[in-house]
Amino acid sequence: MQNDGTRLRIKSWICATVVVLANVCGNFFMKLGMPAELPTPLAYVAVLFRPQVAFGVSLLVLWMLSRMTLLSWADLSYVLPVTAVGYVLVALAGRILLHESITGRRWTGILLIMAGVALVSVGSAPQTVARKHAPADAAQ
Amino acid sequence: MRWLLIGIIVASTTVAEVLQSLGMRRHGEIRDFRPGAIGRAAGLLARNWAVVASVVAMAVSFFAYMALLTQAELSFAVPATAVTYALETLLARLVLKERVNWLRWAGASLVICGVVLVSL
Repeated sequence: MQNDGTRLRIKSWICATVVVLANVCGNFFMKLGMPAELPTPLAYVAVLFRPQVAFGVSLLVLWMLSRMTLLSWADLSYVLPVTAVGYVLVALAGRILLHESITGRRWTGILLIMAGVALVSVGSAPQTVARKHAPADAAQ
Repeated sequence: MRWLLIGIIVASTTVAEVLQSLGMRRHGEIRDFRPGAIGRAAGLLARNWAVVASVVAMAVSFFAYMALLTQAELSFAVPATAVTYALETLLARLVLKERVNWLRWAGASLVICGVVLVSL
C-alpha cells in the first residue's frame, strides 16, 4: 500500500497533465478560429459558432473542470507553477504551427519556466492544508 | 488598449482562481471519478458560492482575453498575463493560508521571470 503523499503526488501529476494539454490545445484552436476583429458585441457570440472556436472553447471547459478537480486536493501555490509548463508548450506551438518567432531571450524564458516547474513539481508536496473527502464520496 | 485588456484579464483571473481554490477546498478531495459521482459533485459545486463566483469572474477574463487575441499574437497574449502568478501566490499565502515554502517561492519567481522573458 503506497503512502498518501505518493498517491497525491502521482494523482496531481496525471491531473496537471490533463490541465496543461487542455489549456494549450484550447488556446491554440481559439487563436486559429479568431477573426481579425470583433466589431460588435454580437460578433463575440457569433464567433463561438465557428468550428475551431467551438472546439477551443470545449477544451477550455475541460481545462476549467480538470483544474477545479486538481484544486480539490492541491494547493493553489503548487498548481500555479506546475501548470506553467503550458507557457512553454504555447511558445513551441506558436513556433511550430503558427510560425511565430522564438528569440534567444524567449528561449531563456522557456528554460527558467521549466526550472521553476521542475523545482515545485518534484521538490514540493501538492498539499500543505489537509482536506476532507468530497461529500459525494463520503455518501457512499 | 491591449494593456487595459491585460489589466482586466489579470484582475478577473486572480479573483477567479483564488475563489476557485477556496471553493474546491471547501468541497474536499475528489476521489471518485465514476460518472455518477462526478454528476453529484457537479450538483454540489453549482451550489458552492465561491465556485459560482469564480466562474463569473472567469467569464469576464475569457471575453477580455478573446478581445485581446484579436489584436495580439498568442505568444504575447498568454505570457503578458503572468503577473497573476505573483498576485495569486501572495494571496495563496495570505488568504488561503497555504504554507508556501522557499521551493514554491523560488519556483514561482523563476516562472514569473521566465514568462516575462518569453513575452518580450
